[in-house]
Order: sequence, then C-alpha cells, then structure tokens
Amino acid sequence: MGRLLAKWLAQARFIVGALALMLIVAAATPVLAQQPSSVNPTASSVKEDQLFGEMNRISGRCSIPDQKACTIEQPAGRDWREFHQKTLPWIGAIAIIGMLALLVIFYLVRGMVLIKAGRSGRTIVRFTAVERFIHWMTATCFIVLAVTGVNVTFGKELLLPLIGPEAFSAWAQWAKYAHNYLSFPFTIGVVLILLIWIAGNIPNAVDVEWLKRGGGIVGNDDPPAYRFNGGQKAIYWIVVLGGGAAAVSGYLLMFPFYGTGIAGMQLAQIVHGTVAVLFVAAMLAHIYIGTIGMEGAFEAMGTGEVDVNWARQHHSLWLEEEQARTGPNESESQRRARAAATPAE
Amino acid sequence: MARMKFLCDADRCIECNACVTACKNEHEVPWGINRRRVVTINDGKPGERSVSMACMHCTDAPCAAVCPVNCFYTTADAVVLHSKDLCIGCGYCFYACPFGAPQYPKVGNFGSRGKMDKCTYCAGGPETDGSQAEYDKYGSNRLAEGKLPLCAEMCSTKSLLAGDGEIIAKIYKERVVKRGYGSGAWGWKTAYKEAIAT
Repeated sequence: MGRLLAKWLAQARFIVGALALMLIVAAATPVLAQQPSSVNPTASSVKEDQLFGEMNRISGRCSIPDQKACTIEQPAGRDWREFHQKTLPWIGAIAIIGMLALLVIFYLVRGMVLIKAGRSGRTIVRFTAVERFIHWMTATCFIVLAVTGVNVTFGKELLLPLIGPEAFSAWAQWAKYAHNYLSFPFTIGVVLILLIWIAGNIPNAVDVEWLKRGGGIVGNDDPPAYRFNGGQKAIYWIVVLGGGAAAVSGYLLMFPFYGTGIAGMQLAQIVHGTVAVLFVAAMLAHIYIGTIGMEGAFEAMGTGEVDVNWARQHHSLWLEEEQARTGPNESESQRRARAAATPAE
Repeated sequence: MARMKFLCDADRCIECNACVTACKNEHEVPWGINRRRVVTINDGKPGERSVSMACMHCTDAPCAAVCPVNCFYTTADAVVLHSKDLCIGCGYCFYACPFGAPQYPKVGNFGSRGKMDKCTYCAGGPETDGSQAEYDKYGSNRLAEGKLPLCAEMCSTKSLLAGDGEIIAKIYKERVVKRGYGSGAWGWKTAYKEAIAT
C-alpha cells in the first residue's frame, strides 16, 4: 500500500513539473517577441512629480554623516514663508497696535479707576517679597524677550532702514543672544508663577458674577472678588499657558533637531510667533491696568502693600479673609510685631 | 547677463560623490557642513536614481524673503549669496529653504547656530572678488575668474550641469531627444517655477 502511494506521488510530481515547464515556455515566448528595439530605462524610474504627490518631500539615501541632508526637496517651506512674511506680521500688527489703540481710547473715555473712598492711610500686605521677586524676574525677562522677539518679525521693516544693515545686524545678534539666554529665567518664572498662585486662580462662580458686573473697570460697579479677580485669573492663565507654549516651541527652535525635524520646527515657529504676539498684546493690557489704569494698583507689586480702601473696593472677599486672620485695625506688619512681642503660650 | 542655474541629469549621475568632495576641497568647507550632497532615491530598487543637490539659487529665493536681517542678495548672474557679517544665525532660511541648503556650524553653547553657510555657486561673497577675506568666509570665487562651479566642471559623466539656464536646458533637451528618455530637471519647478518638457 505504502509503495503504491510513493509511486503515484513520484508520477504526479513529474506531471506537475512538466506542466510548469510548458507554462514558462509559453509565457516567455511572447515577451521575447514584444521586446522593443530600444530600452527605456526611465520606465520604472522614480519621478519627481510622483514623489511629491506621495509625501510632499523627497528623501533618499546619502553617504555623508549628516543624514538630514538625505532630504533633497521639501517645498513646505513655502507655506511657512507665507506665514512668516504675511500672516504673522498681520496678526502681530493687529494684536499689538489694536490693543494699544484700545487702551488709549479706554483711558481717554474711562480715565483712571480711582479709589472711591480715598486712601485710608492703612495698608495691607498683598504680595510678599518672594512673590514680587518672581513677578519682576518674569516681567523683566518678558519685556526683553518681547522686544527682541518683535525685532525678528518687524525689525527689518521698521528699524533696519533707520540704522543701516551693520548696526541692525549687531543689534539683532545681541538680541538673539538675549532672547535665547533670558528664556531660561523666564521659563523658571512661569513655572514658579504656576506653583505659587494656582490656589487663588481656579475660576469659580464669583468670577462669572464679577465679569457680568463689568469687573470694576467697565462701568462704575465694584463686584466682590477674592485675592484674584476674574481678570487677574485670565492673566494668570495667559501667562501659564501662553508662557508654557512659547517656552516649549521656543526650545524646539533653540535646539534644532533634538526634538523635531524641519516640519516640526516650521510648526513650532508658527506656534511661537502667534502665541508671542498675542501674549504681548495681553501683557500691554496687564501693564496698563497695573499702572496708569488704576489708582493704588501698582503698589501691590511695588511695595507689596495696598491701601485697605483699595482692597475693599477691588478685593472685598479677600480683605474679609485677611482681616479675619489679622484683625481689622492692624496691618500685616503690625500683626507680625504683635505676634513676635507676645510670648507663645 | 546670464541666469545661472544648476541642472542634475539624474539618468547620468552615478553617485560617485566627486562633486561633494570637489566642493569641500575647493572652498575648505568647515567640518560637518556639506554644501552639496548626492542623494539616491529608491536605493537598490528598480528605477533608482541619484541626484546631486545643493542650493539651487532660486528665483524669488525663500531664504532671502524670510531673513530677519536681510543678509541675502542676488547677483547680476542671479546667484543667491549672503553676507556672513550680517547673518545672525537664527535658522529661518533653513526653515524656508526647499532644498535644505543653509547649514550652521555648531559654535558656542548648546551647539547654537553660527553664521550660515551654503553653496555660493563658486561666486564668493560681498567682499572684494578673490580677496583672502572672501576666501576665508565663503571659499573661492571661480565665477569672478570666468570659471563655472567646480562641482559641475569636474563631473565625470557630465550629469551635473551649471551655467546659463537656457543653455543647460537646451543641452539637457538634446540629450533627452537623442537617447529617448529623461527623468526631468530635478528641483526646477520648486526653484525656478518652470520645468523642462521632455
């Protein structure tokens, strides 16, 4: 039985082999007959248009150590150019000039927000020395970063014609160094701001009410607020999120090819530029309300102590909280002096 | 004046990398920087092609448009050059360039970008033609001596052509007609917004 099967299998193998041979011969003959007189080596070759259609960039193998050079064409730079030369200057000009115009108009119409009850002469601690240090470190860095950053986008249009190419390049070179190096204290400042003030900056129902009543800025109402009102919370989140986005995108550009390739860097610059000009516009409003826009506001970050009547007008709920701790008729420094003088029980 | 262009006939390039070496040697290009390179597409597969690529000296050059200090200029021969005295090493030309031509020597802290370096079409820079200062910054100025870029001049298969755009396009077209095929002038649409009909 076994021998019979083996014999049959051997016969079958022979038949299959013969059939296969016939098939090959039959298939090969017409191909030979159709061979053209001249060979077209480009028939199967790669085509530029086809490669662009597939991925909008053309890469291959190269034998030099710099493997980035293996990409020979990436026309996506054109879209980035369009953004950098047209879109970003427009966003920036509208945001920054628009905000300045808005603030000037607002100042002329509304004027300085005064302390209605006048100054009481008594003060209360609003920001400690540590808080003020963090604020001013971040603020100083921000101003330098903003000026040097705006220079990259607008400098060649505005400043270059005035001071000439040599002077402008020298300034722009230092501006680049300042922009790169001050990014580090700025980023540290943003992280510290996130940590020290997050407790007071979670949005809540009081902020909705505050906003509905004009925030004490628009109109003549003085809605209650805790330590940070709705507007300050907005600024806080603009600094934390905007600063965070600017820092991350900025470091991607500062350390090329560590985090991302060329397409990623184009995107990072788009994010960085857009966030930055909007950030500058928001900070102009912040600077306005912290200086000429409101009587008694600058002291909060200046000396760290605000007038009690200012606090009552703008942060009534916070003042109540503070006075519940310190007693209504003494300042924070007086309370400390009293606490130090009274021996612990 | 001529409108200088590069054209790489990919059907002739044998990926010998002599253009790369000649360029590095002629201009004493700093370590780690390649003004020209040869890239093989579909390497090892049927229809693979090698293309020698450098700065294409674009019409309406994107690098020049985005430069925040306007350090680029176009010569009468339509060669796109830049001033290393004005360059601040911001990297923007590299974001904009379709051919990856601008490169930066890693100098200073964090490997930050130094002055940008790229192919000069063997035409030096803004300094006096043939001066030592020009050579130190940009390499030799062959164009001022009446010579074409060395990479193309010494190409063994005459795959890489340099010269007036109309003349090299004509040479390429004649080749295509004679041999009956041609994979096109790589990069021309991107750089010059025109293609050579083949």
